[in-house]
Amino acid sequence: MSLCEMTHQCKAALCMLLMNLTISNTRLQVTNSSCNFPDGPEKTGDIERIKNEGKELTKEEKQRLRKEKKQQKKNKEKKDEKAPLESEKEKKPASSSPASQATAQPPTQKASSGVPAPAPVPVAASEAPSPVDKPAKSKAELKAERRARQEAERASKQSKKGEVGQQAAPSKAKAPPSELQPVVKRLPEHIQVDNPEVLKKLAKKLERQQIPLRSDYGYKVSLFSHLHQYSRKAPLTQQLSIPSSVIHPAIVQLGLQYSQGIVAGSNARSVALLHAFKQIIRDYTTPPNEELSRDLVNKLKPYISFLNQCRPLSASMGNAIKYIKKEISNIPSQCKEEEAKSKLQDCIDCYINEKIILAAKAIAKYAIEKISDGDVILVYGCSSLVNHILCEAFEKNRKFRVIVVDSRPRLEGREALRRLVQRGISCTYVLISAVSYILPEVSKVFLGAHALLANGYVMSRVGTSQIALVAKAFNVPVLVCCETYKFCERVQTDSFVSNELDDPDDLIVTRKGKTHLEHWQDVSSLGLLNLVYDVTPPDFVDLVITDLGMIPCTSVPVVLRVKNVDQ
Amino acid sequence: MEFQAVLMAAGGGSRMTDLTYNTPKAMLPVGNKPLMWYPLNLLERVGFEEVIVITTKEVQKMMSADPKIKQDVKMKLEVVCIQEDGDMGTADALRHIQPKIKTDILVVSCDLITDAALHEVVDLFRAHNATLAMLMSKAHEFTETVPGQKGKKKTAEQRDFVGVDESGKRLLFMANEADLEEGLSIRKSILRKHPRVHIKTGLVDAHLYCLKKSVVDFLTDNKSISSIRGELVPYLVRKQFSKTINGQKTKDDVEDQNQKKSDKLHISSRDEPLLQLAQERSCWNDHRGDMSEAYHGGKLRCYVHIMDQGLCYRVNTLAAYIEANRLAPKLFEEPVVHPSAVTSERCQIGSDSIIGASCQVAEKTSIKRSTIGNSTTVKEKVKVTNSIIMHGVTIEEGCNIQGSVICSNAIIGRGADLKYCLVGNGQRIEPEGEAHNIIGNDA
Repeated sequence: MSLCEMTHQCKAALCMLLMNLTISNTRLQVTNSSCNFPDGPEKTGDIERIKNEGKELTKEEKQRLRKEKKQQKKNKEKKDEKAPLESEKEKKPASSSPASQATAQPPTQKASSGVPAPAPVPVAASEAPSPVDKPAKSKAELKAERRARQEAERASKQSKKGEVGQQAAPSKAKAPPSELQPVVKRLPEHIQVDNPEVLKKLAKKLERQQIPLRSDYGYKVSLFSHLHQYSRKAPLTQQLSIPSSVIHPAIVQLGLQYSQGIVAGSNARSVALLHAFKQIIRDYTTPPNEELSRDLVNKLKPYISFLNQCRPLSASMGNAIKYIKKEISNIPSQCKEEEAKSKLQDCIDCYINEKIILAAKAIAKYAIEKISDGDVILVYGCSSLVNHILCEAFEKNRKFRVIVVDSRPRLEGREALRRLVQRGISCTYVLISAVSYILPEVSKVFLGAHALLANGYVMSRVGTSQIALVAKAFNVPVLVCCETYKFCERVQTDSFVSNELDDPDDLIVTRKGKTHLEHWQDVSSLGLLNLVYDVTPPDFVDLVITDLGMIPCTSVPVVLRVKNVDQ
Repeated sequence: MEFQAVLMAAGGGSRMTDLTYNTPKAMLPVGNKPLMWYPLNLLERVGFEEVIVITTKEVQKMMSADPKIKQDVKMKLEVVCIQEDGDMGTADALRHIQPKIKTDILVVSCDLITDAALHEVVDLFRAHNATLAMLMSKAHEFTETVPGQKGKKKTAEQRDFVGVDESGKRLLFMANEADLEEGLSIRKSILRKHPRVHIKTGLVDAHLYCLKKSVVDFLTDNKSISSIRGELVPYLVRKQFSKTINGQKTKDDVEDQNQKKSDKLHISSRDEPLLQLAQERSCWNDHRGDMSEAYHGGKLRCYVHIMDQGLCYRVNTLAAYIEANRLAPKLFEEPVVHPSAVTSERCQIGSDSIIGASCQVAEKTSIKRSTIGNSTTVKEKVKVTNSIIMHGVTIEEGCNIQGSVICSNAIIGRGADLKYCLVGNGQRIEPEGEAHNIIGNDA
């Protein structure tokens, strides 16, 4: 290994360590030691280069700067002749790998014991510059070396604790030393829309699969510019040939129904998807020299890309697809085609029956225990599961009334209201702006979920977290109803990173013949944002009712773990 | 396969017999291309690879001889010939080809010239799982003077009343003025489900229909329906709101038996329970304000896409034919003068004219806003304005032709002066003849 590569790795390692500086806040220890600087002038040259690149300081870097200044002051007390200049150079955007080169050098010489992962590489590197030349070291270099040592120690402490949560930017995450587990997974492309390379890759992939690329529409609010935003008036079918030959007609129909909102709601989308899969399997014939188990899975890939282009897949759909793919690949090769196809169709029926229909019955059973006579139940939007529960409870002669909270632009609450009133349940209808007015009357809040994340957060229609928050403030219990097939292994703590942007033109409304936002695109400083999902923290949720029983929000990872073990 | 395209090219052109008594309507030249080339081109552009063409033997012969169709149309044309007697309606033709139909069909008429985005119609058909989806367009006034028309333009044929719902997509009723004796009556069941109905007249039916396969099967059982436009479409539109289709339970087996014998349109698909489940769980409704579910629980749905911009012509009258000739060339970027035509330098050819292949245009001629067909000879000092000259015509010197239609192989003698005339096939006009606003057919 050449010295350059070594130092690059060191750079990366040290960059990670520097990032961790902001997380941990241990005290620095100043030790006196000597070290070699075989390429001192080279290092300073690099520092100059970094300065000239003129990168902006991020918040992290500013924090680090502040800490280092503090350290500096302490060092000054101990060692007077410290050049502040040098430290500033050190403080330059250190998150960029070249910058960390400055601090990379010292640890190469330091073979501090107990420093695990980053250490072996620096140690090895230190052996490479064998000639132990000791040029005159400047005070700045000494200081840099000391800082690097401290960081190495800190890293050792952290790795001893077993902390591996490095939040480095994805590109840097690819270069961590081999000993540290690569924890940062590849980011999905649908939340990296503002990265032109990712877009290029996506375009290439779609071209290969012969699926048209749907172009984004309108100005995106800057906080959400990393997400796709499509217009309903430009459906993907514009670019397809009419008797669609590349994509199965059932999938084209499904994609259209998704993008126009005709099939909306997590359960409905999954059922429709599985129905389409049944049709695909029925119309499928194995080409010669191919195996059904492998070829069918490959056939499904472009269809899934197409559906993704029409509307981003939901967590429930993702789980259903995983299940189908697993079932297909588990088909033994001796199995005849007809037999395999009917087996797959049975699997699909079974899945729907178990995970959706029976799960709904089980959840209703548990939930009805929680509904007592005289209750005033608040629901938000239109969740098929919550509606089902309320209708079942009404059948079992529980006396309660419902308050339906609704919000623009989807106004799904109207549909929920219609279904409940049709059954005979007495309902009140308010908009979300009145939720704190109506909450003193409410005894329970039932919420549906789009997905339950691995850290206990609930992902649901935008506005749910607001309802949960207000309910918490009023000490009203919040119960989330969710089937286990919607549990997702993703972790999310905010609604920004991964979300869905709906058509911004939905926000335009005509009142009294005037449409004020009609020409919103002409106003350069105006952006319309139509979010679809938001994330509710587990502190606001009192109980999650699943088909496995009633569990607290924090037990979701346990359920996931048990599910994975089962599979 | 999602759709099979069917092109109806057996029509006789009953409303423009002067033009069609010799040339079948499907092969009339419009902008120097046969009329049926336009819908074929539309289907090809959209991505079809095969078309079933229902036509007569004569047209089939002409098709195989025509260079435009042979070369330009890359799709596979499966020609089905039917008798020329003219008793076969469009629905009868569909019944005739029922064995070939394996999927949903897209029926197009040969006289449609349009630049509509077909995906709009097809998307309605797909998204709502409709039984029928059709295309209509706002009618445009014809501005050109038509030969043989005396006095003011009489009012067009009887109007069509088309009722759509609020969104403008769902077709609620369709009736022709001829069928309504006293007035327009709308059933209460329709109004109860769709309280706001927009009734439109002045729409041109493009005769482009997406039909489900079950409709073709239904036609084979019901031999009484012979025309798609005249009978099948109104029947389907009416049936949307009929009680039997909406799944209301029949009282006893006898009734059931009777219904089975007669017209029972089977609309349910194989995985009906799953689709039902998905629709139940979906929080979408196509209307609001009443207690019923999406589509009011109806399984039969008819949709229409009304285009308000763009070209859409049905070339079934002389006026439409002239208008189409004027505008059809604008759909395609083609050179004004065909490369194989021979034109002398001193002739004036306007930019909105078309000169066909192998033409010979002598000097001192002036051709404005006209279409000159293939293999036509135009001698010196001829003035042609606002006219349509078909193939193989010879125009001698000094003629003045204005606003006329000269059919194939006619010979216009020297110095003739024709204004707003229609000259039939192979006819001879005497030299120094003058004709104003007449239609001459006999040779």
